[in-house]
Amino acid sequence: MAFSALYANKLRSLLTMLGIIIGVGAVIAMVSVGMGVRSNVQESIASLGSNMLIVSPGSSNRSGPRSAAGSMKTLKYDDAKAIQSKVKNIEYLSPSVSSNYQIVNGNQNWNSSVQGITPEYMNIKSLSVESGSFISSDNLQKRERVAVIGTTVASNLFGDENPVGKNIRVNNQPFRVIGLLETKGQSSMGQDQDDVVLIPLTTAQERMLGITHVQSVSVQVKEAMYMDQVQEDIETLLRQRHKIIGGKEDDFHVRNLTSLMETMTQTTTMITLLLGSVAGISLVVGGIGIMNIMMVSVTERTREIGIRKALGATFSNIMMQFLIESVVIGVVGGIIGIFVGCGLSSLIAALGDFTTVITWAPIVVSFTFSVGIGLIFGILPARKAARLDPIEALRYE
Amino acid sequence: MQTKDEIVIRLQGIKKLYQMGDQQVAALDGIDLDIKRGEFAALMGPSGSGKSTLMNILGCLDRPTVGSYQLNGREVAHLSDDELARTRNKNIGFVFQNFNLLARISSLDNVALPLVYAGRGLSERRERAMAVLEAVGLADRAEHMPNELSGGQRQRVAIARALVNEPEIIMADEPTGNLDTKSTREIMEIFQKMHGLGRTIILVTHEPEIALCANRQLLVRDGVITRDEGKGVVLDVV
Repeated sequence: MAFSALYANKLRSLLTMLGIIIGVGAVIAMVSVGMGVRSNVQESIASLGSNMLIVSPGSSNRSGPRSAAGSMKTLKYDDAKAIQSKVKNIEYLSPSVSSNYQIVNGNQNWNSSVQGITPEYMNIKSLSVESGSFISSDNLQKRERVAVIGTTVASNLFGDENPVGKNIRVNNQPFRVIGLLETKGQSSMGQDQDDVVLIPLTTAQERMLGITHVQSVSVQVKEAMYMDQVQEDIETLLRQRHKIIGGKEDDFHVRNLTSLMETMTQTTTMITLLLGSVAGISLVVGGIGIMNIMMVSVTERTREIGIRKALGATFSNIMMQFLIESVVIGVVGGIIGIFVGCGLSSLIAALGDFTTVITWAPIVVSFTFSVGIGLIFGILPARKAARLDPIEALRYE
Repeated sequence: MQTKDEIVIRLQGIKKLYQMGDQQVAALDGIDLDIKRGEFAALMGPSGSGKSTLMNILGCLDRPTVGSYQLNGREVAHLSDDELARTRNKNIGFVFQNFNLLARISSLDNVALPLVYAGRGLSERRERAMAVLEAVGLADRAEHMPNELSGGQRQRVAIARALVNEPEIIMADEPTGNLDTKSTREIMEIFQKMHGLGRTIILVTHEPEIALCANRQLLVRDGVITRDEGKGVVLDVV
């Protein structure tokens, strides 16, 4: 009976549902966008490596203008070696330096970030070599002029040719390409992770930059539970080595990427919640739409209610009839809204070149919500209908 | 089998009072009435006489302010709304002046509606509804919507609906008021047929010719029954 009433007023039922459809659809689409942002951020942090600590030199804190973080030259390759040998629970460790240079092959040239690294860098960044080999400790010791290049660099300098074994010039110094990295694609921050040239750390320090310090040391800890212990040990060790005593400020920083990830996840969860709740407001507005239409419907069908009551319908019979009607609006609107929301979310993903993640939670929550709204906002009109006096209702024109 | 003389309706000292400002108005001012099983009674009276109020109380749509109403031996004057609804469903079949069919459902579903509220299953509902539709000669119109039927046919559907749950009493409120002469005759024939089959009918009308079809005429005036006559008495007072 509820269905036939809704069917008889197709346009009106559809318009009433529209509020719910938009509400549910918006919640799902918005939350999927938020979840997309979150997974992007998580991915980009995870691509830096899991359980990572990054040791970087601090800024100069002597009198006069202070320089930027990382500008101090106190963090040495020896510090990195000391950390590796003295601090427990470290899986991998890689000190690195980087700079931008022009890279030339014949008449092709390209500008890229050149990073001086150690062999362990491969494990830390989860890199793999497509052809050739990675930088070895032998290369490192001998300060060899060898390079492993990313696919972007390779395609710009060599086209379709295999670059392994060829020579390139980095800042006018000849380097032999010994390996080609497997494509990693774009990082979620929009950085091309294949636009990179890796050379041995010692080569970079002594032959290219003419420095003895390193710009950062990446440390991968064995288990997440050791993060704090390792961080503390590194800090203690470096303070000892750098002879920093008492309240003096550290000349280095140890950053914990896991806590960064937690913060970022928290932030994006907040964004997701915010988007979801803004969309949720439209659900509530949709619910008020249901109530409004049901009120009109009760008034309009006063006579029908009178007839039903005269024929023996009790309070609960009438109440159920109208409640079912509004719940059906909520259910059908909710189901259509789920499809609209999923469609919208894939549309955003397709048009905006943006990852959206559809999860069960917003679908279940918003659907439950829409059914609940149909129920709650249906109670008042249904009660109004069920309480009608049959004599008055029969007399109603 | 119940005896023919058994009293179905017994009203004693029924009063219906309304508060109008600081003054009390009695729509019904002490009604005593017995109606026996199988009686065909016509209830007459000018507008404002209390006829409609009496009809509502008899039909269990309304409660008297004071007094006793025994329907089939059970006191129903002061039941709750839901109990009244169940009493209407079980004991009373209504036929209205303007048919009061639900426009959106078929004749068959209209007829079956009281059975829905009596809690009958779908197949039983359809079977019984079909049987009474046949009895009023509309079996071939079962799947028609009310707006596809003539006035006389609609009223026959309404009569079928009143009969479907085998009530004690049929309450007909001006059943021919909206009908042409031909349909009026058809409808009154059906009532007389029902009367012949032993049903108790209370017919509210203001047309003396219609009232003459009944075997008892009651005249309500100023909230009391002023005349109560057997068949054949012409009521020229209305």
